[in-house]
Amino acid sequence: MKDPDLVFKALADASRRKLLDTLHAHDGQTLSELCAHHDMTRQAVTQHLNVLEAAGLVITIWRGREKLHFLNPVPLQAIYDRWIRKFERSRLKAIHDLKRRLEGTHDG
Amino acid sequence: MARSSFVYVIYIAATPEQVWHALIDGEFTRQYWGHDNVSDWQPGSGWEHRRADASHALRLVGEVIESRPPHRLAITWAEPKDRAYRDRHSRVMFDIEPVGKMVRLTVTHDNLDADSEMDGNIRRGWPRVLSSLKSLLETGRPLETWAS
Repeated sequence: MKDPDLVFKALADASRRKLLDTLHAHDGQTLSELCAHHDMTRQAVTQHLNVLEAAGLVITIWRGREKLHFLNPVPLQAIYDRWIRKFERSRLKAIHDLKRRLEGTHDG
Repeated sequence: MARSSFVYVIYIAATPEQVWHALIDGEFTRQYWGHDNVSDWQPGSGWEHRRADASHALRLVGEVIESRPPHRLAITWAEPKDRAYRDRHSRVMFDIEPVGKMVRLTVTHDNLDADSEMDGNIRRGWPRVLSSLKSLLETGRPLETWAS
């Protein structure tokens, strides 16, 4: 089980969010490919990837001699389900209520 | 044609047998996925993914490549119109590994046409399906089903 704190911590850094964006654009990249997209040392990219991997946001798979990095959005979905979905519901209700008031009806 | 592949990992507090069952039993998949997965799950057999409503509409088809309960299931995945065209099928592998008292479920979906509609549906679909599966196995309740 991945700790949600690790996910929030991993996301609280612009370089790591950019790494996730890079993987979202093209999944399954090697360290060298990722380094080419980022203005950071190889060591810095490695450290950021370790944080993302610990949070479960990046999965590494060996294909032959290449270690590929994949974006795993499942922990983000868990955050969405836990923290965002309920606010969407209240927003939808607010829009619905507004529509009823503007239209002057009370039967929906 | 560019090919894309995706890897999804989720940890579920359940046994490998429960997770296996949840992937192949239509009575179960309809609860968290809104669809029935129908097959005898023998290598070489077909499988179908049908809406769990009155329409029972056929949404996906494929073939079972490998079936090793409760550890590994590999299937092909295609739109019904591409059933006979194996080169248009993508591939999905489910790997189920016990990790302590939990199960690590890895879904690898590859051989997709990058930029296809299916590619986009896959990206949006799997995280929701897997979160709903986890919720059902751990709490007895799936996430709200979605209109597809």
